[in-house]
Amino acid sequence: MSPTTATTQSALRGRLGDSVARPDGVAKVQGSFAFAGDLTADGFLWGATLRSPHAHARIIRIDVSGAWAINGVESVITAADVPGKATYGLISQDQPVFASDVVRFEGEPVAAVAADHPDTCRRALAAIVVEYEVLPALTDPQRCIDGSHPPIHPAGNVLRQQRIVRGDQSIVGPVTVEATYELGMQDQAFLGLEAALAMPDAGGEGVELFIATQWLHEDRRQIAACLDLAEEKVRLTLGGVGGAFGAREDISLQVHCCLLALRTGRPVRMAYSRHESFLGHVHRHPGRVWMRHHADSDGRIRRIEARFVLDGGAYASTSSAVLLNAITHTQGPYKCENATVDGWVVRTNNLPCGAMRGFGVVQACFAHEGQMDRLAAAVGLDPVEIRLLNAMETGDRLITGQVVENVAPVARAIRETAALPLPDQPPGGHDHDPMRLPGGAGLTADRGHIRRGIGWGVSIKNLMYSEGFDDFSTARVRLVDGVAFVKFATAEVGQGFVTIAAQIARSVVGVDEVVLEPIDTTIGSAGSTSASRQTWMSGGAVDGACRLVRERLFERVGAAHGIDPLQLAIEGSDVVDTVGTLRVSVHEASQGVPIEESFEHHHRPTEDLDENGQGNCHTAFAFVAHRAVVDVDPELGLVKVVQVATAQDVGRALNPLSVVGQIEGGIAQGIGLAVMEEIVQIDGHVRNASFTDYLLPTFLDMPNVVISLIEEPDPMAPLGAKGVGEPPTISSTPAVVAAIRDALGKDLTRVPVRPADICL
Amino acid sequence: MSNDSGNDMTNAVYSLHVNGTKHAVRDAWVGESLLFVLRERLGLLGSKGACEQGECGSCSVLVDGELLCSCLVLAAGAIDQEIVTIEGVAAVGTPNDLQQAFVDCGAVQCGFCTPGLIMAAHALLERSSSPTEMEIREELSGNICRCTGYGRIIEAVQQVADARNGDRS
Repeated sequence: MSPTTATTQSALRGRLGDSVARPDGVAKVQGSFAFAGDLTADGFLWGATLRSPHAHARIIRIDVSGAWAINGVESVITAADVPGKATYGLISQDQPVFASDVVRFEGEPVAAVAADHPDTCRRALAAIVVEYEVLPALTDPQRCIDGSHPPIHPAGNVLRQQRIVRGDQSIVGPVTVEATYELGMQDQAFLGLEAALAMPDAGGEGVELFIATQWLHEDRRQIAACLDLAEEKVRLTLGGVGGAFGAREDISLQVHCCLLALRTGRPVRMAYSRHESFLGHVHRHPGRVWMRHHADSDGRIRRIEARFVLDGGAYASTSSAVLLNAITHTQGPYKCENATVDGWVVRTNNLPCGAMRGFGVVQACFAHEGQMDRLAAAVGLDPVEIRLLNAMETGDRLITGQVVENVAPVARAIRETAALPLPDQPPGGHDHDPMRLPGGAGLTADRGHIRRGIGWGVSIKNLMYSEGFDDFSTARVRLVDGVAFVKFATAEVGQGFVTIAAQIARSVVGVDEVVLEPIDTTIGSAGSTSASRQTWMSGGAVDGACRLVRERLFERVGAAHGIDPLQLAIEGSDVVDTVGTLRVSVHEASQGVPIEESFEHHHRPTEDLDENGQGNCHTAFAFVAHRAVVDVDPELGLVKVVQVATAQDVGRALNPLSVVGQIEGGIAQGIGLAVMEEIVQIDGHVRNASFTDYLLPTFLDMPNVVISLIEEPDPMAPLGAKGVGEPPTISSTPAVVAAIRDALGKDLTRVPVRPADICL
Repeated sequence: MSNDSGNDMTNAVYSLHVNGTKHAVRDAWVGESLLFVLRERLGLLGSKGACEQGECGSCSVLVDGELLCSCLVLAAGAIDQEIVTIEGVAAVGTPNDLQQAFVDCGAVQCGFCTPGLIMAAHALLERSSSPTEMEIREELSGNICRCTGYGRIIEAVQQVADARNGDRS
């Protein structure tokens, strides 16, 4: 009865530094890889969620009797049926499993049903009567800050306020540049919609959940609390995950699905529609960022003033951490001794916001990169010169007082990007193919009117979790008969940790064959697949466990041959005596009795910020530069991104092909935010929750990407490798917008840049 | 008492020709899409649903040789037509050249869009043996991938076209 899970095996060769193919690749290209939504079980029911049509309303009455009357409906649940904690959340538990008294955003869950067919579910949801008293929607963040709106939640309308005050507050000029920048709400838009299968234990004393998520153990903690079950009674296995990008860090359908399974005593499958997915997960925070840079007449930054206002939407999610990231990255990858930063993230009746690739730094970067171009213009430098002049180096202090101890090749990233070739084709190309022009297949643009622009974006991104959080990762390795069995709870969401894990085992233990065991909660936590942290953290855990296994293997070989284990080493697939002649294969040396070791990798401790925003709050940093080339049709406001060039600080490319994939994919999401992606809400009502109306970059929108990998292994990283997932998304957005500004001479301060922003 | 009209048609029985085999579809509501029937009635889970409105191409299949989104077609409307799904492209465990190129070129990350993209690229290469980069972009632009940024997918399709042309010459 138990469904197939995302177990992957690999006998593919390939060690650290090789461009190894994914172990799950063949299954994925053949359609046989089991995603969470593909999992099924005998006698299962479909689950579905009833959601609020209002952004803010009081619930007067819920009548579920109509749903119960429908043939095929097996369960109908509301807030009254939640046995444990009524609310959940990653940092503070302020979000109801089901709304009971008030709904605070359009799409908030109110009830759920389980039935024999998705269409029965739809009819059951339609038969539930909810009487609402509609309330005015709070959508203006400024009203949260000035206190002019009554609290829409018992915890108030300000989710976090944090200042950073550093250095001489009296510095003014001599050169000052300032502007207010604005970002719309971006959706992660992973392709694999939210889906799960919940299997109740006989007797209803526990539940097993197969789920597409980023962090199994954190999901389990929240689910168990809401179900009033001990954590060991809630077992999670990763279902195949169709992308994440932050949207699966918070729970969505997990509690609903488990509760329906426990209530019915039958397996329950839930799968969101695309419309529901837009409403049912957190998004990137929209925000307004004001910055004023004070600089010497030669362009050196002396002081930065900034004010961040991020809209967290109806519930807290990770808003407080997103704000921390935003304000602590105010300066970007540039030297700055003096700063005054005020940050707010507030609660409104808009969609809840939380994690998305870049996590607060996207908002800071769009502003600080706009400022760098303004500063360059004010002092007569070009975009490259101003950035090189101010480029941060290892040993510099951030405005939080923290010293950047990591490798920090900012100037190198800028120079290497600048050295990458520009496109060799004019607008429309040498072949005059109109498909190359803005508007493409629409054949709308006149080649002679097209203007080309070039723009820059450079960024710094913190890696791992911050502010005292010990986001450790666990791995277990068992070596027997030349095969390494590797176990971890690291969510593989498409990023390729499964590939890296096997490469580590092959390199460290010298095995050819690696078996990756099911990803589930029968081992300790791996932390979240987010914050560009899994190569460092779970890579460190797998590496640590492999090193312990290798030590035991050397002891065994040493004892058998009377050799000091310390003089043994792995060479290829053999154990060799570095000062003698012994050579024995790992396969032979590991015959018989298995060697098993576990390892927890912890990063160095971090601190909370004090009231002045001072403290060593971050773990580590990575850097990247982007240069974008665009063609713009100034009459129709259409943009074609022609090329993005980038040099990225990766520490060490453990799998260059995977790194390229992260870079190209991350840049696509950065371009999306720059010119097309925004969830539009009016008075809290979502206007474009579909792939017809929320535009994503297609093959025709995505330019060629030219890449230079900067490999300076970081001594702080377990494998010398920095996380590579987020940086591509961060400064590609400002680079594209700077290129549009360069083409038009227009002062564009909001993303996404819409046609009307260009041509009106 | 709620109107339960949705069950009125559930006893319809019809047949679909999928990947060269005739499949009987029993107890299905005739309003079910081809995607739903392939996945939930016939157990062919390779076709994926990600938008339900023909925008993303994840559910792409061939119907009488024509590439289309199975989420937009009623299954009962595809009776008497030859349907080819990702499962019909190559036997499990023996990927064809196009599928292997996707793996080797890094064209797969989460893999959710991949079966649809394989179908679209397969159809493209059937029509055009030497597509230009712009033709590849245009022909595959009905398939959205959120992970890869498309670069490695274009590379994979070009490699296969080159290799097939090399074999012919």
